[in-house]
Amino acid sequence: MSILVNKDSKMIVQGITGSEGSFHAEQCHEYGGNVGGGVTPGKGGQKVLNGQVPVFNSCLEARSETGANESLIFVPPPFAADAIMEAADAGIELVVCITEGIPIHDMVSVYAYLGHTSTRLIGPNCPGLLTPDEAKVGIMPGFIAKKGTVGVISKSGTLTYEAVHQLVNVGLGQSTCVGIGGDPIIGTKMTDLLALFEEDSETNAVVLIGEIGGSMEIEAAQYVRDHMKKPVIGFIAGLTAPKGRRMGHAGAIVSNADESASAKMAEMSKCGIHVVDSPAEIGDSVKSNLASLHV
Amino acid sequence: MNIHEYQAKDLLASFGVPIQRGKVVDKIEDVETVIDEVATEYEASQFVVKAQIHAGGRGKGGGVKFSSNKASALENAKTILGMNLVTHQTGDSGQAVRKIMITEALDIESEFYVAITLDRVTSRHVVMVSTEGGVDIEEVAANTPEKILKEWVVPGFGLNVFQARKLAYGLQLDGDIFKQTVSILMKLFKAYEKSDANILEVNPLVITKQGKVIALDAKINIDDNALYRHKDIQEMRDIHEEDPMEVEAGKYNLNYIKLDGNVGCMVNGAGLAMATMDIIKLKGGDPANFLDVGGGASVETVKNGFRIILSDSSVKAVLINIFGGIVRCDRVANGIIQAVSELDLSVPVVVRLEGTNADIAKDLLNQSDLKLLTAGSLEEAADKVVAAVV
Repeated sequence: MSILVNKDSKMIVQGITGSEGSFHAEQCHEYGGNVGGGVTPGKGGQKVLNGQVPVFNSCLEARSETGANESLIFVPPPFAADAIMEAADAGIELVVCITEGIPIHDMVSVYAYLGHTSTRLIGPNCPGLLTPDEAKVGIMPGFIAKKGTVGVISKSGTLTYEAVHQLVNVGLGQSTCVGIGGDPIIGTKMTDLLALFEEDSETNAVVLIGEIGGSMEIEAAQYVRDHMKKPVIGFIAGLTAPKGRRMGHAGAIVSNADESASAKMAEMSKCGIHVVDSPAEIGDSVKSNLASLHV
Repeated sequence: MNIHEYQAKDLLASFGVPIQRGKVVDKIEDVETVIDEVATEYEASQFVVKAQIHAGGRGKGGGVKFSSNKASALENAKTILGMNLVTHQTGDSGQAVRKIMITEALDIESEFYVAITLDRVTSRHVVMVSTEGGVDIEEVAANTPEKILKEWVVPGFGLNVFQARKLAYGLQLDGDIFKQTVSILMKLFKAYEKSDANILEVNPLVITKQGKVIALDAKINIDDNALYRHKDIQEMRDIHEEDPMEVEAGKYNLNYIKLDGNVGCMVNGAGLAMATMDIIKLKGGDPANFLDVGGGASVETVKNGFRIILSDSSVKAVLINIFGGIVRCDRVANGIIQAVSELDLSVPVVVRLEGTNADIAKDLLNQSDLKLLTAGSLEEAADKVVAAVV
């Protein structure tokens, strides 16, 4: 089992005729994912990926022609918000937006728009999802992962790869790896994914990787305390990050939460998450936690 | 991107927000003329001289001076223009004052705090007001959070007038002052929305003895990702307010932040870069910088990264930590070898490449004539670089 993506997932790629879009569409396809089509407005009728994959003008057309339930977005930042909403309007169930640099005011609209649909957004500005040996909807390097029972949730890109690599080195595979993105507004938060992993019958433990800034890790920690039985191993990057040079006070007073790495680590420990101080100990810590559970 | 008070006030004025009026000057010899202009145009007999730097806390740092007449304004202007202003937000090194604003002095009856920003928890914009204007608002938020009133804006609807009224009633206002405040709150939100601001703060919004509501100060930060649709705001950028090395790094699409330690770091990805700094510290070292080289790590990227790291003379060793996902490690290794051989480095360099073709990359590095130390794991890399600092 896994969460959100599996061998039955059928995806389209929005922005498939761009250099990144076509490159990663091919990578997803080679990994075994089912890339049914792509969308680039005005380029409908073309075929890409050695003439195997049709391009459509709209998501609606792409969905009705291919039956896709997932969309991967590489559309440039000025047009990405619109692309996410178009996918939701077409009834795509899972939208993964890789695009970095979407204006925050655009994302406020997207978040509100999605609230009226049943579409789940992962990202933006994220590496996407990978269910080892089944499918990837994103840009994670597939070869580093291995099928198994550890769920991975991370705000970061390459630090996720580091964690996955450490897991594989200690002999542990992953059920699904999810890079949620580190932007101020993201579609799917840590708590949502913790719930999915808790329900997933083949996930035995979860790795939760956060960063300084925001209060999502605090909410996630409290969710673990109140709702989870599976062990959660956590790391927060940024213990040595300098305090941002700020202007004014609004950022500090909007939430009273302490957004530093140390405050997050403390709250996570208090809520029963196994927090590692060193990013080099993620794999070992998961292994010892699973060993103590005899699973 | 941050903008100066005078720029923020111009922006607010263009949305109809009443502001404390004034003029900007950047040369000592022009100060007198500008004071005269402010006196005539705004019928001012008393003035305020205000340092124009991005950081807050200017008043406490001595960068804002009330001047009861022209002579005193002239004297204060001479002190402030060109001074190195240190506030709790500039850091110890302070910030040079290159421009000052000479404004009219207002007769202040009372002061409020107003700010608009994104609430990450609800993913909505929030308008906040407090009667505790002018004082340390962060202390108010920590100790008496009930004194900060908030209204969340429903996306697509803008701030509703009833919400502005709720806030103004919450400030205990009535009569004409109430009406002026409601109108100003509406205009402030419009300015925030139309200019793609991350933060818009008016601290304080004042009521004058003459019964006018006026923005005495304004701080605005614009979303960098939205600058492409605001050519006018792009022109407000003042690179003197930014760290020169960070500006230089930005030219090469590198994200660099200088720190106080002596171990330079070059990493791909912000999260891994922070984690690398963290483990250096855990091993007893002290990171000299944050440097995210992004996904590619080409010869040019690595070279530019080295140049920027080594421009900091306190750097005694460098750790390169690249997790090659899509980018192959052997290519990165060749890039590093070429960059290092062309640059003639005098400090030890530890290289840790992991991911696609990591083994080939390690062989390439070990076979090169360069004195590169290689490491397999993150742990080993951190140990080696900390040991390499003498």
